[in-house]
Amino acid sequence: MILKGKVWKFGDDISTDHIAPGRYFHLRTNLPELAKHVLEDAREDFASKVEKGDIIVAGRNFGLGSSREHAPRIIKLAGVAAIIAKSFARIFYRNAVNIGLPLIEIKEADEIDEGDVLEIDLANGIVKNTTKGKEYKFVPMPKFMLDVINEGGIENYISKYGDYKI
Amino acid sequence: MGMTITEKILSEKTGHKVRVGEYILIEVDIALANDITAPLAIDEFYKTGIKKVYNPEQIVLVPDHFVPNKDILSAMQVKKIRKFAKEQNIEKFFELGRMGIEHVLLPEQGIVKSRDIVVGADSHTCTYGALGAFSTGVGSTDIAGVYMMGKAWFKVPEVIDVYIKGNFRKYVSGKDFILKLISILGVSGANYKVLEFRGPGIENISMDSRFTISNMAIEAGGKAGIFPVDDLTIEYERERGIKVEKLTADEDASYMRRIEFDLNELEPQVAFPFLPSNSKGISETEKEKIKIDQIVIGSCTNGRMEDLRAAAMILKGKKISRNVRCIIIPGSQQVYKNAIREGLFDIFVNAECAVSTPTCGPCLGGHMGVLAEGEVALSTTNRNFVGRMGHVKSKVYLSSPVVAAASAIKGYIANPENL
Repeated sequence: MILKGKVWKFGDDISTDHIAPGRYFHLRTNLPELAKHVLEDAREDFASKVEKGDIIVAGRNFGLGSSREHAPRIIKLAGVAAIIAKSFARIFYRNAVNIGLPLIEIKEADEIDEGDVLEIDLANGIVKNTTKGKEYKFVPMPKFMLDVINEGGIENYISKYGDYKI
Repeated sequence: MGMTITEKILSEKTGHKVRVGEYILIEVDIALANDITAPLAIDEFYKTGIKKVYNPEQIVLVPDHFVPNKDILSAMQVKKIRKFAKEQNIEKFFELGRMGIEHVLLPEQGIVKSRDIVVGADSHTCTYGALGAFSTGVGSTDIAGVYMMGKAWFKVPEVIDVYIKGNFRKYVSGKDFILKLISILGVSGANYKVLEFRGPGIENISMDSRFTISNMAIEAGGKAGIFPVDDLTIEYERERGIKVEKLTADEDASYMRRIEFDLNELEPQVAFPFLPSNSKGISETEKEKIKIDQIVIGSCTNGRMEDLRAAAMILKGKKISRNVRCIIIPGSQQVYKNAIREGLFDIFVNAECAVSTPTCGPCLGGHMGVLAEGEVALSTTNRNFVGRMGHVKSKVYLSSPVVAAASAIKGYIANPENL
């Protein structure tokens, strides 16, 4: 699967409170409405301007904090195709895989700028920055995780395979 | 090569000696979810077309975040959980009046125990590491997976050796230790890793302080924070009719990092906004005379008897500052009852604090103490992220119950030594 999209930049330690603030939790049963506030506490204009297929590029420890799965779900719902960061918080990583949102760890995330266009090859572990003409390698996810991503999440994966195939 | 506690528990469950980095699939003992995360798990479960859960005995449901129901939507969420519990014959559903904050309730009621594999759709599920369980936070879909198949996948984690010696000085407790440790590790210093605590200082750390310490392992990114099973754990479990055996890491276990810690050198800590890792000692902090509007004493981190007793010791016979409001939240019905019996409610109410029924409420800016624009809170909870307790321009400082109580009296962040 090749993903192509333009970049939105974020800093280090973007928390689940930045992504899905507790004060909007009255919207938690209405994810499309909650998605209108996605990442609002990190960048006010993000939710209104993000387009389908866009890619988030961030620094260290993206998604720290709560286990609220609403966080990756509303990022995906807002149209984001993938997140690239120097590192991810553990529970956020699990949740993103489980709902079929690809995450990519590359150390050189700082070299990518807002608005750059990227091409991501998930299976082969390659990020191409077509704006800057640069290429980065990453360790691809294990096969069962890639399968979960390809199926769009655990629910579809289990419906198809009947069990985890690790 | 010897094994860490983590490797011992995971090897026991898989039936082979696990190695770091390996992906394993194991049947879990307990799968926990709350009123925020359970509805999503229930929806995911039913979407697959499966009618019956794999094993209702594994499932624990505790509505605690917006309970007593804050609004109509909260009420609908809990209604969905109640219906699911009934349909699936889940006995461990804790209704208002029997409930507690999940991570206070489960150990107290003997639902989790040493050597258990516990997953919870709540990041502070790592709390049960205090009992020597392998216990970690996951998401709603992971929980739905347990509802379907009884199991979850894990990557066998690396372990950080936290070697503790010495004893706490007066006014110092588990909260100060874990805040200091997080400041050493940073908020991602233990990401994907387990913190295992050991050393001669362990026997000086009470069970309630151990729960506080394991609870906040996640604030350093940790997958779990695990204590050995020693005489103190065995006694705690015995009181709940559970028999457990000692569990320690082998002397020649392999760790990715070692941190040595002398409890004698520790003073009360305060974590400044906006990360739990921004802590400073109380003597330095007090000089800044940081004014506060609200104090919260409670939560899955500090809502147990030791915490309430510590706050009461400070507040006894005093009144809080006219410039602050102080909210005290016992972590469970049992804690609530014990606090009444020991006369702590009298002390709190006489000091002009508000005492609430168990709820997570203010910790996540949900209800029961939300901050206005520009307000500052000192809280015994676990997170001080931007907007955590309310308005995006409010601030949260974190501390132990003793420091919170002393600060409630003074109206600014204060050292209990100088009351």
